[in-house]
Amino acid sequence: MQSSISLSLSSPSITRSDRTVVDAFAANNSLTPRSLRFCGLRREVLGFKSVSSTQLVASSKRRQLNKVLASLSGNGTPTKGFDYDLVIIGAGVGGHGAALHAVEKGLKTAIIEGDVVGGTCVNRGCVPSKALLAASGRMRELQNEHHMKAFGLQVAAAAYDRQGVADHANNLASKIRSNLTNSLKALGVDILTGVGTILGPQKVKYGKVGFDESVITTKDVIIATGSVPSVPKGIEVDGKTVITSDHALKLEFVPDWIAIVGSGYIGLEFSDVYTALGSEVTFVEALDQLMPGFDPEIGKLAQRVLINPRKIDYHTSVFASKITPAKDGKPVLIELIDAKTKEPKGTLEVDAALIATGRAPFTKGLGLENINVETQRGFVPVDERMHVIDANGKLVPHLYCIGDANGKMMLAHAASAQGISVVEQVCGKDHVLNHLSIPAACFTHPEISMVGLTEPQAREKAEKEGFDVSVAKTSFKANTKALAENEGEGIAKLIYRPDNGEILGVHIFGLHAADLIHEASNAIAMGTSIQDIKFAVHAHPTLSEVLDELFKAAKFKVNNSSPVAEPVAV
Amino acid sequence: MLTLRSAQTLQLTPPRLLRPFSLLYLIILFISLYRFNSIQLNELIKPNSKTLNSLSFYTMASSLLQSRIPAISFSSSLSSGIQWRASAAFPAKPRRKSSPVQAKIREIFMPALSSTMTEGKIVSWIKSEGDVLSKGESVVVVESDKADMDVETFYDGILAAIVVGEGETAPVGAPIGLLAETEEEIGEAKAKAANSSSAPSTHPPAASTPPPPSAVAPPPPAKAAAPVPTDGPRKIVATPYAKKLAKQHKIDINSVVGTGPFGRITAADIEAAAGIAPSKSTIANVASVAATPAPVAAAPPPKAAANNFVEIPGSTVVPFTTMQSAVSKNMVESLSVPTFRVGYPVATDALDTLYEKVKPKGVTMTALLAKAAAMALAQHPVVNASCKDGKSFTYNSSINIAVAVAINGGLITPVLQDADKLDLYLLSQKWKELVEKARAKQLQPNEYNSGTFTLSNLGMFGVDRFDAILPPGQGAIMAVGASKPTVVADKDGFFSVKSKMLVNVTADHRVIYGADLAAFLQTFSKIVENPDSLTM
Repeated sequence: MQSSISLSLSSPSITRSDRTVVDAFAANNSLTPRSLRFCGLRREVLGFKSVSSTQLVASSKRRQLNKVLASLSGNGTPTKGFDYDLVIIGAGVGGHGAALHAVEKGLKTAIIEGDVVGGTCVNRGCVPSKALLAASGRMRELQNEHHMKAFGLQVAAAAYDRQGVADHANNLASKIRSNLTNSLKALGVDILTGVGTILGPQKVKYGKVGFDESVITTKDVIIATGSVPSVPKGIEVDGKTVITSDHALKLEFVPDWIAIVGSGYIGLEFSDVYTALGSEVTFVEALDQLMPGFDPEIGKLAQRVLINPRKIDYHTSVFASKITPAKDGKPVLIELIDAKTKEPKGTLEVDAALIATGRAPFTKGLGLENINVETQRGFVPVDERMHVIDANGKLVPHLYCIGDANGKMMLAHAASAQGISVVEQVCGKDHVLNHLSIPAACFTHPEISMVGLTEPQAREKAEKEGFDVSVAKTSFKANTKALAENEGEGIAKLIYRPDNGEILGVHIFGLHAADLIHEASNAIAMGTSIQDIKFAVHAHPTLSEVLDELFKAAKFKVNNSSPVAEPVAV
Repeated sequence: MLTLRSAQTLQLTPPRLLRPFSLLYLIILFISLYRFNSIQLNELIKPNSKTLNSLSFYTMASSLLQSRIPAISFSSSLSSGIQWRASAAFPAKPRRKSSPVQAKIREIFMPALSSTMTEGKIVSWIKSEGDVLSKGESVVVVESDKADMDVETFYDGILAAIVVGEGETAPVGAPIGLLAETEEEIGEAKAKAANSSSAPSTHPPAASTPPPPSAVAPPPPAKAAAPVPTDGPRKIVATPYAKKLAKQHKIDINSVVGTGPFGRITAADIEAAAGIAPSKSTIANVASVAATPAPVAAAPPPKAAANNFVEIPGSTVVPFTTMQSAVSKNMVESLSVPTFRVGYPVATDALDTLYEKVKPKGVTMTALLAKAAAMALAQHPVVNASCKDGKSFTYNSSINIAVAVAINGGLITPVLQDADKLDLYLLSQKWKELVEKARAKQLQPNEYNSGTFTLSNLGMFGVDRFDAILPPGQGAIMAVGASKPTVVADKDGFFSVKSKMLVNVTADHRVIYGADLAAFLQTFSKIVENPDSLTM
């Protein structure tokens, strides 16, 4: 039954051919079919990606049930000679996901956290930003008289209270943080406070600065220390007028004019927040186009909807070489240089600058030198099983690194999926996470989401491996629910193999795109072919029909004998 | 010689996938051929959808006449009706096929590609200057707020000049290129291009709600704005929205003095320079700034609240619609004009009798009054004149009577063009169409902003006299009260009862003096009292 599920987990990213993987797994499955987990996309894990508190409450309840079941093996019987079976350094979303799964697997688990449980995502990332976006999205809608009129609604002079919006974000973060903490405690995971350092193989010390340090032994170690906002040289962050996302999420003030350095996910989401709250925005992007990393077609449409009609302008192919905070009655001063020639390209005078140039791994002080591991630009080098590689290119036994610290895919849910994958391996089952099945989303209004390859990536791969690529598209303008919401702007794009119906990538720009992507990501994770998924039924009228139509729009070559996988019995 | 005008309205449904509701194109082209009894009409737009992002268009091109001919007008707007409508109510229509082609140089306009599009950006010119084009070929790719569209030409010819270059933005309806018919005309077209780029189109961008009466935006003062440099060293600091607005309104940002924090140019500065009412969203910003607790020290001080009116608890604030804010702007603007008023009682018994007679033929009182006013204006051209610059008279060649109509919380003045020349029945028919269009918000700009004299009639409410405000850009407005039976004593001392109405004209005293107005009113009164000439 589950055999087909596992196949897709491993397929594309590994060097072995699909066939051998299939065989290997088929053999494996026939032995222990029940013990297999697929891809780590468990409900519990997905739960805290969501901002819905009710769902979180529900999932923590579920965890309590798990505890009862798991307590048969318990979190208290470590392998002989060790204090713990598994020690996780960092209680962010990655560490949390790994800990939950480890307890379920009967491992005695500890988690070391030097700051607050929840890490970046919960405290300074996805969670509070969703709160700001929810508030500002409504503000944008209420201000759009044309949009309101189309519903026959009249709204007089919408306004907001900055502190109220900021409080909403802060309250949400606290709530999610306590949910996370409680779920760990309820499972009996030991939360060790302090900075964790690796002393040697299977040996970790932890402790708060100025207090006694404790040394513990453990069978396996997972590094999950995450990342911090990266600030390029020459930029002086004062936390008031020159800020990073950490400060911006507190929404201490809404400037009239803010420059956002970097137009990736973070920059784009903040531009959505700030413009809705009345700011004007200037993007400074080092690459030659905005929104690098998105499928070009989606990026183009997104620019048309999210940038051009708003009070936003931009400078591309430029670096902000120097940024001086506002002081002595002068505005924030940004010096621009050409990204290639380094020639001066003028200055900007703005009220604030948000540095959203990306995130840098937080791996200092981990004691990696004690085990001969050299970071690469701060990232901990790992193989496709998150196994840490030392300076000689050899695997470090019993040491893994997940999440932003390894830089493979800097997303909260990716970290969690990686953690679960590692726990599987620690428990003796080989597991390779298919990163191409991990969705990503940008929560602008409307949202952008994607999974798998972009069209250029898919075409490049197809060229190398000698297969054809087809593209199908559907529009939100043809979707009843979207039109009922007066939100017909948007497209969904499917990149696939016309020979066997394999989904290579799906990109959505439109209303609730972030919630819609999972049908596609699950199909990729499970290896479901388009020929099969197109028969799945979608409730009418819902936005999910956008994907339904998308799958139905795919055209196949006549001789499509071998679909990627057998239909999945659920 | 009559100047004939004809309109044809085309509405086409776009392909199903593409904006099933919103994207309907309605283009009206007016071409007036002064001194020629001929009409030329250009058909427009045949949607020819290829892919989601590429829709083909036939370029709108209209003839540019080379003699001393009043400027041709072209306009486009959008509607959300679905059915085909062709309103061509003029006898001139059948004649159009036989008309000789007068023009050789045609303008390629920025098309309206969606209902929300006010400006378009030229993504790329597929053809370059000097290329020979044949009908149906893609010439230029335009980026609207929705998508990139190929724009095709409907005419054969040579692309003589590109007026709006790649990466530049032009408002809907503005010429973006010139098409010459023969090689000889290329030079001429180029000269034209040079002129037209320095005299930007005054067509207001098509809006979904028609701007209000006489909302003739003052012609943008600026020369063709050199594209605002986005990179490179600059001294002028303008906010992103200010730059966008400047581009949209063709304001040379270098000529604007910034009043924002640190002397930067803000959207409000551009709006002031363009002479337009502050946009709704700016107000919303101010509101949100005001609602924001004091920002940290580094933040600029919040703008001082503009009004000090006491807030009455329980009151609701409803922001102006586009139409209402334009009315508001015009009304405030009117304060700068020195106006005076002259009233005159007019006996209407004869007019009432005539009205009863022609009413079954579809003639309305509005048409009668407009016709009478137009005939009087023909004899007193100064009352049909206006003062645009404070230094000169502008005598209008045609008599276009704007008639104020209340409409859904707004006010609009559809214009009866050449009211002195059209006969009463045509005028009535025309009026009916204009009112229908006004209700459907489908009036073209030249159908509400080309008035030279305004008529406002509140008689039907029983108002006996009132005072109208002179709309900016016009010389005079006539306020007509109700016709009431009045006891009159004649010169022999006999009393009789006659119907009389009071008309009250407000005029700009810079060009129209008391005697002018009095003489005009006397003529008007004579026409109304002997109304037979109205039907001739």
